[in-house]
Amino acid sequence: MVSPGQRQRHLDLGTGGGRGCEGASSGAVCLCLCRCPRPCGGGRVSPTELCTRCLEQVKRTGFLNAFVTVTEEQALRQASEAERRFLEGRSLTASPLTHRDRSPPPGKPRGPLDGIPFSVKDNFCTENIETTCASHMLKGYFPPYTATVVQKLLDQGAVLIGKTNLDEFAMGAGSTDGVFGPVRNPWSYSAQYRERPGVDPRSDWVITGGSSGGSAAAVASLGSFLALGSDSGGSTRNPGALCGLVALKPTYGLLSRHGLIPLVNSMDVPGILVRSADDAATALGVLRGLDVRDSTTIPPPAAPPHLPDDIDIARIRVGIPKEYHAPGLSAETLCQWGRVADLLERGGASVEQVSLPHTQHSIVCYHVLCTAEVASNMARFDGLQYGHRSEVNDSTEALYAATCHEGFNDVVRRRILAGNYFLLKRNYERYFMKAQKVRRLIAQDFARVFRDGVDVLLTPTTLGDAVRYCDFIQEDNRTRSAQEDVFTQPVNMAGLPAVTVPTALSSRGLPISLQLIGRASHDWQLLGVAKWLEQRLEFPAIQLPQDVSQAEREAGVPGRVRTSVL
Amino acid sequence: MSTSLSSCSSRSRSASVQPGSPSAASARHWNSSASSPTSPTSSRSAVNSPWRVVGLEIHAQIYASTKLFSSSQVCFSSPPNSSVSFFDAALPGTLPVLNRRCVEAAVMTGLALGCTINKRSLFDRKHYFYADLPAGYQITQQRLPIAVGGRLSYSHLVGRKRNQVVDKNVRIKQIQLEQDSGKSLHDSYRSQTLIDLNRAGVGLMELVLEPDMSCGEEAAAAVRELQLILQALGTCQGNMSEGQLRVDANVSVHRPGEPLGVRTEVKNINSARFLARAIDYELQRQMAVVEGGGTVLNETRAFDFKSGQTVPMRDKEGLQDYRFMPEPNLPPLILYERETVPAHTDPRQVVLVDQLQEQLPELPRVTRDRLVTTYGILPEHSFTLVNEDGLVDYFVGVVQQTRAEPKKVIGWVLNDLLGLLKQQCLTVSQSPVSPNALAELLDLLEAGSISSPAAKLVLQELWKGSGKSAKHIVEEQGLGLMRDRSEIQQVCRRVIDSHPDEVEYPSPNVLNKLIGQVRKQTKGRADPQLVRAILEEELSRPPFHGETT
Repeated sequence: MVSPGQRQRHLDLGTGGGRGCEGASSGAVCLCLCRCPRPCGGGRVSPTELCTRCLEQVKRTGFLNAFVTVTEEQALRQASEAERRFLEGRSLTASPLTHRDRSPPPGKPRGPLDGIPFSVKDNFCTENIETTCASHMLKGYFPPYTATVVQKLLDQGAVLIGKTNLDEFAMGAGSTDGVFGPVRNPWSYSAQYRERPGVDPRSDWVITGGSSGGSAAAVASLGSFLALGSDSGGSTRNPGALCGLVALKPTYGLLSRHGLIPLVNSMDVPGILVRSADDAATALGVLRGLDVRDSTTIPPPAAPPHLPDDIDIARIRVGIPKEYHAPGLSAETLCQWGRVADLLERGGASVEQVSLPHTQHSIVCYHVLCTAEVASNMARFDGLQYGHRSEVNDSTEALYAATCHEGFNDVVRRRILAGNYFLLKRNYERYFMKAQKVRRLIAQDFARVFRDGVDVLLTPTTLGDAVRYCDFIQEDNRTRSAQEDVFTQPVNMAGLPAVTVPTALSSRGLPISLQLIGRASHDWQLLGVAKWLEQRLEFPAIQLPQDVSQAEREAGVPGRVRTSVL
Repeated sequence: MSTSLSSCSSRSRSASVQPGSPSAASARHWNSSASSPTSPTSSRSAVNSPWRVVGLEIHAQIYASTKLFSSSQVCFSSPPNSSVSFFDAALPGTLPVLNRRCVEAAVMTGLALGCTINKRSLFDRKHYFYADLPAGYQITQQRLPIAVGGRLSYSHLVGRKRNQVVDKNVRIKQIQLEQDSGKSLHDSYRSQTLIDLNRAGVGLMELVLEPDMSCGEEAAAAVRELQLILQALGTCQGNMSEGQLRVDANVSVHRPGEPLGVRTEVKNINSARFLARAIDYELQRQMAVVEGGGTVLNETRAFDFKSGQTVPMRDKEGLQDYRFMPEPNLPPLILYERETVPAHTDPRQVVLVDQLQEQLPELPRVTRDRLVTTYGILPEHSFTLVNEDGLVDYFVGVVQQTRAEPKKVIGWVLNDLLGLLKQQCLTVSQSPVSPNALAELLDLLEAGSISSPAAKLVLQELWKGSGKSAKHIVEEQGLGLMRDRSEIQQVCRRVIDSHPDEVEYPSPNVLNKLIGQVRKQTKGRADPQLVRAILEEELSRPPFHGETT
């Protein structure tokens, strides 16, 4: 239970001091939304001011192309409502509220997220706010309802800043294959990266990873405190890792998928992108829970309202899966892996090598299962009820064909084609059934390791740090997805929670992150270990310049920052 | 070509059957509910020869207030697209939420048909593109349905008077839960297709009946019995013309001892009568094809009720690959019994099979047996009672309140009451005459207070719904039985006097003729025994004793 006094502290967000504020010469807010472990310096920031600063930051960093829609009007309105609650709440002797209070009286702050600016990947439905999936197919689509997880944040008083860019229908690992163009990694413009010799940020900008690259960029560029992504094969963790964030893929079913436009229903989870493990725990506390609209949600385990500051990892057993020494793993990442394993060991945890023998089959297995579900899920985009409809109307079949051809990019169309092939009666046994069997074996690998007493697994999140855009596009989406998801994807097969934690900057000045994988429904334990690491790793905050030069902006892909019409 | 094949084929082709043929005699049967037997042509062609094979796929719309996976209302004939949830329209991001009532309905239906209820069943997606299927797939239960392996016992009436009951069985392969599709309206004038999604997502039970039937009449009788069972259970309203019960027939012919022939699927059948006709036509057609040395194509055919023929539909079956896939948004459907339900489970979240078993109502077959044994009525009458919704209760209601024998009551209920209802297209519940009122009338008859013809007049009067009791009507209209001997004698004499010729030269049935006249003149009120006695007495007098001489 959080007392009103404590709650007030959540918004005691200084503009200096605390983690991540060193480079905040821009004056942008840059603290975590969490209960700060250390006293925050500086003055208090009101919700309206917080919102305004975030919106300004979003505008300043528009060239990142992180946002598809900026909901400025709505954000300011929500912020002023939050502000009123805080002002009124101060004059009231309020009775303590818990996180779970659904509709607290209007005059009281609603919880730890009240007034906190957040962003949402543009594949979550938002009522009367365009939801595009970065596809021609859904351009101009204004859903009539809001996704459960988004609604939960809104109910808590959190302030929606906008909808973020992604790979079309979340199919990709770079955030480069959406109809609105690629997302740029904010670290491309950080002092840490650009001040290295020979780097030309105009051409050497790096990708965010994907597919939730817009969400990652929004949080990393200090335009939001929290962003929702989705994670089917690593889509939250991958950009989280490349953008130096804490990114959580919760246990499958812990968060409702209602309103998340699906990629792979049996693996999709809403993901949480934040700047600290505490923030992730706070967000998870709000977002979790059974949803009558999603039959796959599970009863949430009992969990503390926040992570303790003093975490003891002495009893924790950490497994290092040997199969994760994958070809292509960068030396620097390998080095970080070793460093963190040592750190844990020195902290009292027992670290041991474990084996997940079926890991190598995960990607190909994912390819079959993913494309099959994609083929099925995309069948509804026929142009009849909503979304793009082709002018071709010679027959219903011709309309379908033309609509899909015009509405989807190559990546989506290829996956549809492949998926339908795998689902054909004559192929079903050979591909889909086999993939399902392999999926079970992969899940059993994890189950066995955890049964043997391991609490968390420590692995890399990505092969290396972020790749330059010009290099990334040398390979096609299919190849890239297979490469990039190699460490993240098996977790989705098993429905387990996993969190990525930034550990250090690479020699290029870009984030390197590691992944922790936990037992199902042990998300909080996982975040506890993440927090313990965070406290010791001292990952540097991004140093964004006050303003990025005009030249850099011009070089940028024109950002599609708009204010939605409400 | 085998003997049996050629003989049967020629029979079907010539559409005539040797009168003495035993198989033909046993084939003269009609659907118990059919108001008119099918034409001689089709009934004779529906010979129980061993090589005609009919299986059925029945889609029964579950009687529930909301759809299978959404909370939109289920309502026949509401304005187009007025009952469509976001899920029904397949808006992206929506997920199915299983309707408990639909599960209960399927379990009850399975139990009533003696199926094994699968405690764990699965949902699958069946893909095909059609404008009235918004998601591009239908959620069904292809791999592991909710119920398997049952049996539908049905009976039909055979014989010249349709009074022989023949019992048959058809195996039920499975019952699966699935979504209904929407409706497409093709406007060829504007070359538009209009879509109504009200029906999209309504819960269906698909019942697969094994090919254990061999003619249209059997299939129709089986469907009729299923209809009654579903109505008794309340799991489906069973109205074929409103599409609540849709029947597709799988029809094939093969030679004895050989494997089943290639089947065709006959669709577009909206009544039990048309079902029989469609199947019999299709059987004949296929036999003619085989007879002519051709091969039957595996195709879907539609029944055209105007011509009575089946015609090929645009064939989707052969080309279609439904690309089945597990439905990832629905966990396995687990059913429990009281003993096995996990602790702390929300009772609203579980379906208990044993509890539903205990709640099963009396099934039509049992009802019929009970009526026959309890009331001593004829088996064929028990069919009529059960076939008419509410008539059993009506009959029992009358029997309980009258002193008249059930055997007498049944005549009044089946002939008089039902006749009037049919005449005016009313249901039993709409009857202006309550069981109470009919019982009172029958009591008057039983007590000898009125004659049978007068009772019919009273029934007519009651039917008008004036609210007057039978007794009141009898008194008001003077319909009470005339028992005064001299009064009747006077009428009899007047009748005799006005028919001198008949009396002079008596024919064998002169007595009946005169009785009729007396009944007419007394509006049927005169005590019939007394009338007969008096007339006999009067006629036997020597002619010259008459006062006219």
